[in-house]
Amino acid sequence: MTGGDGKTGTGRRAVGRLWAMASLLLALGLGSFVLGRYDVPLVQVVRILWNGTAGRIAPGLALEQTWTDSMAVAVLNVRLPRILLASLVGCCLAAAGTGFQSVFQNPMAAPDILGASAGACFGAALSILLGLGRAWTVAGAFLFSLVTVALVYLVGSRTRGSRAVNLILAGVMVSSLFSAGTSYIKLVADPANQLPAITYWLMGSLSGARMSDVRFAAIPAVLGLAPMLLLRWRINMLSLEEDEARTMGVNVGRLRFAVVLCATFLTAGSVAVSGMIGWVGLVVPHLCRKLVGSDSRYLLPGSMLFGAAFLLLVDNASRNLLATEIPIGILTAFVGAPFFLLLMTGKEASL
Amino acid sequence: MTLSVESLGLAYGDRTVLRDVSFTLERGTFLSVLGPNGAGKTTLFRCILGILPGYTGRVLADGTDIRDLSRRQMARRIAYIPQIHRPTFGYTVLDTVLMGAAHQIGTFSRPGREQIACARAAMDRLGIGGMAERNFARLSGGEQQLVLVARAIAQQADILVMDEPTSALDYGNQLRVLEQVRALADEGYAVLLSTHDPQHALRFADRLLAICDGGTAALGRPEDVLTAELIRRLYAVEVDFAETAAGRVMVPRLPGNG
Repeated sequence: MTGGDGKTGTGRRAVGRLWAMASLLLALGLGSFVLGRYDVPLVQVVRILWNGTAGRIAPGLALEQTWTDSMAVAVLNVRLPRILLASLVGCCLAAAGTGFQSVFQNPMAAPDILGASAGACFGAALSILLGLGRAWTVAGAFLFSLVTVALVYLVGSRTRGSRAVNLILAGVMVSSLFSAGTSYIKLVADPANQLPAITYWLMGSLSGARMSDVRFAAIPAVLGLAPMLLLRWRINMLSLEEDEARTMGVNVGRLRFAVVLCATFLTAGSVAVSGMIGWVGLVVPHLCRKLVGSDSRYLLPGSMLFGAAFLLLVDNASRNLLATEIPIGILTAFVGAPFFLLLMTGKEASL
Repeated sequence: MTLSVESLGLAYGDRTVLRDVSFTLERGTFLSVLGPNGAGKTTLFRCILGILPGYTGRVLADGTDIRDLSRRQMARRIAYIPQIHRPTFGYTVLDTVLMGAAHQIGTFSRPGREQIACARAAMDRLGIGGMAERNFARLSGGEQQLVLVARAIAQQADILVMDEPTSALDYGNQLRVLEQVRALADEGYAVLLSTHDPQHALRFADRLLAICDGGTAALGRPEDVLTAELIRRLYAVEVDFAETAAGRVMVPRLPGNG
């Protein structure tokens, strides 16, 4: 995962843990196909997936059908997009959280710190109010998310004083503006069908995930993750003071902007397809710091793997725990809030 | 010649912060900068490091005006050792030292064997090789300061600029850090270091630059220029000097025993 570059003792240990996380994610992903109301044995899952991928590319490799057609529908059309989407959203939110925590040098920074979520909620609510249809809900959420962060960046960088503090304050301000907008839309929305749709979207859910959602979320995911992974060592330099980094030949302002841009893309893309799923971006980077340390070389890939596994696990609970599905945003908060408390009362030195 | 400052001046509006400061710093020389709070020491350093633009005069590193150097080119020539500050997230000592190599590698790449070997050599040089895997945030202040010196060594620049590196350290750590810095100057580094303790300049430095109200108050060998009169001018206190077997010492004259 780190190629042939030199490694330190802690580095070797971290790489070992990354491989363990990757294996865990793979096992969890495969196991998730078995869960659900419609019973599909693991052997059939593997065979269906094989035919759905390799079998489709090279028909000569296709296996003989030993499963019912409805098993194939459950695996390929219902569970596959959902599992992919849960992993992708978890991965993106955790990576965005890691990025924002590095930029602000603050362990409490989360993906929605610059208003990406508040903007997305407003965009989605507006699209639902205007009755534009599902595709526009996703697109509207994505666009407004970007607009909000751009606005925050513009306001934050035009004020005097500490850049980081100003950005956070601008984020709080602009977020509350868009939240007020969302509330107003809920007020005027048709209570028979629009209001429930908005409310349900705001709670955050992966139910009814389709391959088109996966494809939509994959674009900002790649655009955000690729540069961040390439910059992953340099992101460590954000821990230096601006002048200090400058004398070491590093342009921190540009680096910070690049990471904010990537993290915003990741957040906007995720929130657009899944609604508000809080806490993942805050909790996962912290757990990862304990596992692989604060070096972004390992922390970033670690958060991505861990985030994917975490959200997949929570989503499995969300669709299987009760007869009716629990919106995943509620479940992540159930896990996240106690953790936050632990973080605040625990020893600071353990970061 | 390594570092040359030519009639450096800086003013914010009507207020002159620095005026006509000139000196040269050769390889293998330890130049100590003294001056009261607000005299312009930090401003001078920020100009030399290329952080503050808008000054008059010139700063030359190996004969090249630093205005003509890119960030990376600057980092190759001048390394800055700041006062320690507690990081939010704990990095290991080795990772901290490795950051010094940032200017040697591409934006999208990571330090390789060569940089790691260089970082380890820098740590061994300062006697902190055994701390490589320890958490920087949990070291003592003196150890942290030495790690930052190692980081500057890993940066592979010939000029080391240190802004009051000893002010947050206890007496023992101050001396241990300064001894290391003295040894680095003897090895050929050009060291520019500001301090609040004239005794440090007397004990460790080859040359002394005293700054008062933004101008040069004295420049020369510490034993020549560090006089009771200079101390009175800089700090408005009376001192006496005594010659001991270990060198000259400075003793403050307190109002009670004057």
